[in-house]
Amino acid sequence: MAKKKGKKIIVYILLTVFLVGFLLPIYVLLATSFKPFDEVGKPLMWNWPSSLSFDGFAKAFDKLKGNLINSFILVIPATFVSAMVGSINGYVLSKLKFRGSNALFAIILFGMFIPYQSILFPMITFLQNIGLYGSIGGLILVHIIYGLPITTLIFRNYYAEVPTELIEAANIDGAGIFKSYWKVLFPISLPGFVVVIIWQFTNIWNEFLFAVTVTSDPTKQPITVALVNLAGSQVVEWNVQMAGAIITALPTLLVYIFLGKYFLRGLLAGSVKG
Amino acid sequence: MKNYERIFSDSRFQTDLWNTLYFTIFFIFGCLFLGIILAILVDSKVKGAGIFQNFFLFPMALAFVVTGTVWSWIFAPGILPENPEGINLLFNSIGLSGLEWKWYTSTDSFINFNFALIPVIIGAVWQMAGYTMAMYLAGLRGIPSTFTEAAMVDGASGWQIFWKIKFPILKPITFSAMIILAHISLKIFDLVYAMTGSGPNNVTDVPSIYMWETTFRANKYARGSAIAIIMLLLVAIFIVPYLVSSFKSNKRA
Repeated sequence: MAKKKGKKIIVYILLTVFLVGFLLPIYVLLATSFKPFDEVGKPLMWNWPSSLSFDGFAKAFDKLKGNLINSFILVIPATFVSAMVGSINGYVLSKLKFRGSNALFAIILFGMFIPYQSILFPMITFLQNIGLYGSIGGLILVHIIYGLPITTLIFRNYYAEVPTELIEAANIDGAGIFKSYWKVLFPISLPGFVVVIIWQFTNIWNEFLFAVTVTSDPTKQPITVALVNLAGSQVVEWNVQMAGAIITALPTLLVYIFLGKYFLRGLLAGSVKG
Repeated sequence: MKNYERIFSDSRFQTDLWNTLYFTIFFIFGCLFLGIILAILVDSKVKGAGIFQNFFLFPMALAFVVTGTVWSWIFAPGILPENPEGINLLFNSIGLSGLEWKWYTSTDSFINFNFALIPVIIGAVWQMAGYTMAMYLAGLRGIPSTFTEAAMVDGASGWQIFWKIKFPILKPITFSAMIILAHISLKIFDLVYAMTGSGPNNVTDVPSIYMWETTFRANKYARGSAIAIIMLLLVAIFIVPYLVSSFKSNKRA
């Protein structure tokens, strides 16, 4: 028994060491963001603020609030549309097997791994042609399309577990392709939608490269771009910078804290292929 | 083809390729190593392990630009030796001033490995190690307890159980994790951009940053597209065999 106890203590010690390492940046983030500007200076960097100051947050929020709203305008429609289309794709690919459906699925999956950079230039040209370049609408479109591989994958795997007999029974009752999706599959899709929506929300919120390329007007940029540009001035006000980072991180962090279980499922879905 | 010839003889792009190579190697091994250790610790079923697990995974929910911002401050070297900043200051105050160095502003290198990449690798591993842990954990929890119990009855030690039973089962997960991490590494942009940019002498430059700058800052579309295609090919080399193999194994099952 003594040996077992000793082992437990070692496990705890190791876990704690790693935890400290993982929380170190968070400590810096919190400590700095609550400091008044005159304490941000170098020798006090690792100290906890002597008094809590919200100056950093007030300034950061003032500069970023428009971009925060932009991010919500971008993320909400992009998330829902890509989830909806992914659900229909997943239905077609798992329940309406047709010639080449597996090959089609493989091609869609490859889309998940295409580096953003390699489609950047044609994407811009395309957006210019349809008049959406530089707008949040254009960014929404890009994220819907780029989100389809992962949403399709998650829904396909989710529907694969649903007995095909259910669909067949609906077909015998005279339901068409769309009706059987709408009446049979959609009502039981909620868990799949939760995973997909959380995943898409987090990813689109955190995305930077598309955002910085498509939107050059600062009033139209999502918050990730605005955060990076915040440091652009001569003297970096680190308390403002860190407060801005916290504001940027907060929505996805809250999602993780309250719905982490579903977030994890989306994460693993991206690695365990079907 | 001229664009490709020019790009491969471009010294900046050559630096980028070396940077990507070393970044990928250290990033993957860092994540795998840390990931499996964390997974084993969390899987040891001590009280509160779930809470630790949540903390190890939370960086995944953060934007790379957020982590880049924080790490760029932690690793800001300051003016050495008289005015250390960031982590150098921490080392200094706990009497480890020997560990102070120029971090991501360093231009030293060893066989084309730019030491300035080390802070970027640390930031990237910090963010992705939890993900690797989650993959390993899913694998460890999928091992039927009858396997390990049978081995214990036979008198196998904890180490033997791990190496003889769990490790072989985790092999495909290691493989998947390597592919996924490799593809993240090959296209990494946000973290480097927010943390260091190209750095002095391009010590922390990567193809994605070069591509972006040359296309959208310098308007050299042809060169940018050439880099983009090279990146696509590099990713395809990893991903296509992976997708094909996972489809095949799926059909067999």
